[in-house]
Amino acid sequence: MKYFKHIYQAISTILIGMGITFRHLFQKSVTIQYPEVRLQLPERERNRIFVNIDDCIGCDQCARACPVSCITIETIKAVPGDIVGKTGVTSQGKKKSLFVSKFEIDFGKCCFCQLCVFPCPTECIYMTDVFEYSSYSRDGLIYQFSDMTPEMVEEKKKKLEEYNIEQAKKKEAAAKPAGKPVNIQPPEVKPSEGENKAQ
Amino acid sequence: MTEIFGSDLIAKIIIPIPIALWIALFALYAVLAERKISAWIQDRVGPNRVGKWGLLQTIIDAIKLIQKEFVYPIRADKLLFRIAPYLVFSATFLGYAVIPFSSIYIGVDLNVGLFYFFAVTSLGVMALLIAGWSSNNKYSLYGGMRSVAQIVSYEIPTALSALTVVMLSGTLQMQKIVMQQSGGIQNWFIFGGPGDVSKYLLVPFMLVSAVILFISTLAETNRTPFDLPEADSELVAGVHLEYSGMMFAFFFLAEYAQMFAVSALVSTLFFGGWQSPFGNLIPFLNTPGMQFFWSLIKGLFFVFVQIWLRWTLPRVRVDQLMNMCWKYLIPISLANILIIGVYIALK
Amino acid sequence: MSELRTEEMVINMGPQHPSTHGVLRLKVVLNGEIVVEVKPYIGYLHRCFEKHCEAMTYPQVIPYTDRMDYVNAMNNELGYAIAVEKLLGIQVSERVEYIRVIMAELQRIASHLIAIGTYGNDAGAFTPFLYCFIDREKILEIFEMTCGARLLYNYIWVGGLSHDIPKDFQKKVKEFVKYFRPRIDQLNGLLSYNKIFIERTANIGILPADVAINGGASGPTLRGSGVKFDLRKNDPYSIYHKFDFDIPTGTGEVGTVGDCWDRYMVRVREMEQSLRIIEQAVDNIPEGDVFADIPKRVKPPVGEVYVRTETPKGELGYYIISDGSLNPYRVKARSPSFCNLSLINQISRGYMIADLIMILGSFDIVLGEIDR
Repeated sequence: MKYFKHIYQAISTILIGMGITFRHLFQKSVTIQYPEVRLQLPERERNRIFVNIDDCIGCDQCARACPVSCITIETIKAVPGDIVGKTGVTSQGKKKSLFVSKFEIDFGKCCFCQLCVFPCPTECIYMTDVFEYSSYSRDGLIYQFSDMTPEMVEEKKKKLEEYNIEQAKKKEAAAKPAGKPVNIQPPEVKPSEGENKAQ
Repeated sequence: MTEIFGSDLIAKIIIPIPIALWIALFALYAVLAERKISAWIQDRVGPNRVGKWGLLQTIIDAIKLIQKEFVYPIRADKLLFRIAPYLVFSATFLGYAVIPFSSIYIGVDLNVGLFYFFAVTSLGVMALLIAGWSSNNKYSLYGGMRSVAQIVSYEIPTALSALTVVMLSGTLQMQKIVMQQSGGIQNWFIFGGPGDVSKYLLVPFMLVSAVILFISTLAETNRTPFDLPEADSELVAGVHLEYSGMMFAFFFLAEYAQMFAVSALVSTLFFGGWQSPFGNLIPFLNTPGMQFFWSLIKGLFFVFVQIWLRWTLPRVRVDQLMNMCWKYLIPISLANILIIGVYIALK
Repeated sequence: MSELRTEEMVINMGPQHPSTHGVLRLKVVLNGEIVVEVKPYIGYLHRCFEKHCEAMTYPQVIPYTDRMDYVNAMNNELGYAIAVEKLLGIQVSERVEYIRVIMAELQRIASHLIAIGTYGNDAGAFTPFLYCFIDREKILEIFEMTCGARLLYNYIWVGGLSHDIPKDFQKKVKEFVKYFRPRIDQLNGLLSYNKIFIERTANIGILPADVAINGGASGPTLRGSGVKFDLRKNDPYSIYHKFDFDIPTGTGEVGTVGDCWDRYMVRVREMEQSLRIIEQAVDNIPEGDVFADIPKRVKPPVGEVYVRTETPKGELGYYIISDGSLNPYRVKARSPSFCNLSLINQISRGYMIADLIMILGSFDIVLGEIDR
């Protein structure tokens, strides 16, 4: 009896399966004809990072938050009186006191975890929905966001050095009267004339 | 067809050409059809970039395959390795000689046509064994042996289920079998063939017979669910492991040609071949031109069923395959023959 | 007549193979077609997760835990977050717990869909694989809408979540639940109860309950052998005690208890139970602030903690030793696939090579978790 039961089960389950696939023949396909048609990505989409360098104050929080160390930031302290960027303040009104000479993100290393976005105090670093940025070489994935040319960097560095030297000299000059040790001479002890006459 | 061409010799040369063209065309577009139908079943689109609706896809694939280098393993048997794919293809092509495409177009109307068909497709077994052995690779030898065991065992239910039709029609000649099914759909052998009302008793048994024939020929062409010997998620990749380029393409050409050949066989034996289902009601549908149409449509329908099955069912393991053949298909087809014999004797 | 000499053949199912789920090397000793011994070789995907953790701060470890079992990232993050919260002694708000549970259960469904689809693919049925991926795509869309990523989320943070749920989250989740229930029935009709599939998987790879318990199996591998043990009920964490759901176990319905079909069917049934949990949770998310309890700096006191959670693969445990500084002293992850894989030698003796592939698929291993 099991023999006939096996045959019946085989035939019935195969027919059920065939029915299911036959129904799918007439259903619409789910394929999208990329690249002519593109999906609408949600607004929280996490793809390539963008840095609005005008707002960056060079605080290094994003580089420290990154788990794979793909952000490299180098800053130069601004000499007082020097304006950082066009206006010297961020779009929120915060004063900028550091020149960002190098802001490099290596997308070959980036793991798109979004940990750099949260600590930024000015919200200048955020993730866009750009995902078509392949490159033919590894170096093509290293993105530079700083807008200072090498000459500007040199110039700012020299300025900073000069300022530091000036400041050091000023410190020395101001310290002279206050800090110079006074030459205290012990009073001259003259033998008194009166004592010698008595003898 | 001798009359048309006047001379016997010219007829013999001209007749195989349309069949060869048909096989080439069919193989090309059957691959595309398989990819498209599998895509539609899976809610995808399938090839649609190369040519409109992907029509040029297989042609481009064939050009790509032709450009590939023929790689010969260094210790493969020189002669046998090279001729094996062509032997497999020839075995299939030889079978087309006795398939009737219309009332006047059949390669050779042998009076043992059906027997010739089974005998000749068995040559494919030998060719597969040659391919597996001459590759000098233990994996393709394993795959070849398994393939051969499968095909040889499934020849028995094929022959036995075709025997039911032979018993009812009394002849092995293919054109005569189709002629007997004239007069409309009720005369097809699936419904018991020509005869009086008592033939309808036979309908369930002929249905079983047709199903067994279909399943066994599916196993002979190594299609899923019976493609374990050549599956790519198994350890061995089957008998055509060492073949590359055009030789590989020939194995696949042979497989698709075989698919159509067995579909045409099933439709000839059970479903009326080139007979129109309306019989003499609509005489226009009975002209030789339309008969081509009917035989091709029926063959293509069964090819569609084969593709449909491939993408629905999982694979059967080798020993379960053998189990199914020897313990289920053969006893059932023997019982079928007995019952039909009893009916004929009682009539 | 002298005995026919048969030799045992050693076959290497190499790291690249279309059917092993990841870079796993299996050395199989065969006697003809029968398997005599199977030895797995792992380590091809070792990425020093545990050593990396020692150099990261506690919140920075979360992207790394995502990448252990990459098809199942939410559950990995959840285990780690609960462990660190236990060390810190903070209790997150109800809203956070509810959202975490919904995400974890959605991820469970997604992971099981991959397991089921690839299992059918191993068996030769190519179509259910694609149907499962269409369903999984809907779940990934929900995740993308919430946190921006489809596979590796960095969403469940220590003390809360990285984003609050968007406006139409509840609507989308309810739509998904309604869409997915009939798809499970379709999957059952197409694959689970198909006679050929049953022939391939029933009575194969039988794992007796005592062998499973002794070998440290967990998850569907253990439950397929009839042992009714699920950490969400036996050792509840988060708010699982508030929900009403069953634990499916293998019953030997079409074969023996503990065969491959049972393990497979436990996964299918678990998907239904996850749908029940999601239905109960999504309507009752309380109001609140998901960012309120996130500490500015995670500096737990000196101590150690072991927290285990139920992932789709089994019991994932995190053992964290803190020495009072910003970086953990040691993070050890006990991965379920590693312990499950160790049983493969015992249960595949005596079967054929085609069966070995089905047995391996029924364990549902992910190499990222085994090698870490």
